[in-house]
Amino acid sequence: MADYSASLVVGDALPEHVRGPITRADLALFAGASHDHVLLHIDSDYAKAAGMDDVFGHGMLSMAYLAQMLTGWAPQDRLKTWSVRFTAITPLYATVHCRGEVAEIFEQDGERLARISIGAWTDKDIQTLGGEAVVTLA
Amino acid sequence: MTDGERMIDREKHLGVVSEPRRVSVEKGFLQFFAKATGETNPIYFDEDAARAAGHRALPAPPTYAFSLGLMAPAQRGDIFDKENGLGVDMSVVLHGEQGFTYHRPIYAGDQLSVTTTTSDIYDKKGGALQFVVQNTRIEDETGALCAEGRQVTVVRNG
Repeated sequence: MADYSASLVVGDALPEHVRGPITRADLALFAGASHDHVLLHIDSDYAKAAGMDDVFGHGMLSMAYLAQMLTGWAPQDRLKTWSVRFTAITPLYATVHCRGEVAEIFEQDGERLARISIGAWTDKDIQTLGGEAVVTLA
Repeated sequence: MTDGERMIDREKHLGVVSEPRRVSVEKGFLQFFAKATGETNPIYFDEDAARAAGHRALPAPPTYAFSLGLMAPAQRGDIFDKENGLGVDMSVVLHGEQGFTYHRPIYAGDQLSVTTTTSDIYDKKGGALQFVVQNTRIEDETGALCAEGRQVTVVRNG
């Protein structure tokens, strides 16, 4: 893995990570693999009866894609803490674009850390989640 | 319209701590998770690649801590459980927020203990939306803290 930390500066972008388009099969497999059996994501009849247009993506599926962006950029053990707010549902057939940007580089308890602003957007440029991650640089 | 009967009773559920749930981190499920998320980094599905990268087994990816909580739903304080939990209808929930803080890596083969506390319940729009904040602690067999999760579930009462 490239040394991501040596010359990092505020404003640097992480490599964009794109997944999708999200199909019904993706949602079914993710439901099984993630142990999330909420029917809104896997049963169209149930989702429509609940007032939704159709099944839609698990927020945690998009967060798993965001995790891939982070762990593709820095080893997982560098990820100390992160959080996101889900702001819109991810519709069926959406492509998920995960992006991150270095917002701050700071020191805490002798460690050099970076605060990364992170988010996911659909191919229609709707932001579905946003938040931040703190990673250890050295 | 707010349906009073569907509102979560804040006094009843606030501060409730689940029993510790034992979960086994299963290699096959980690591989299934990698497949279901289109993972391309082999350390998450190929044991040899994981070991070559210095891991003792397949590592659980960052969001798998959430799945570990779902693997063993709480008897006490579960969001959906109508008898012992909050009894929220699955058709009206949305995931509002999710956060994780990591202390120790989690690997296939680990035997873990998961405890969930309902730490806040608040509402907006006159009760049309309720927010349930739950904090999860994942500990290893020695009691050492591996990961913490913070989940906000949005309940649409309106």
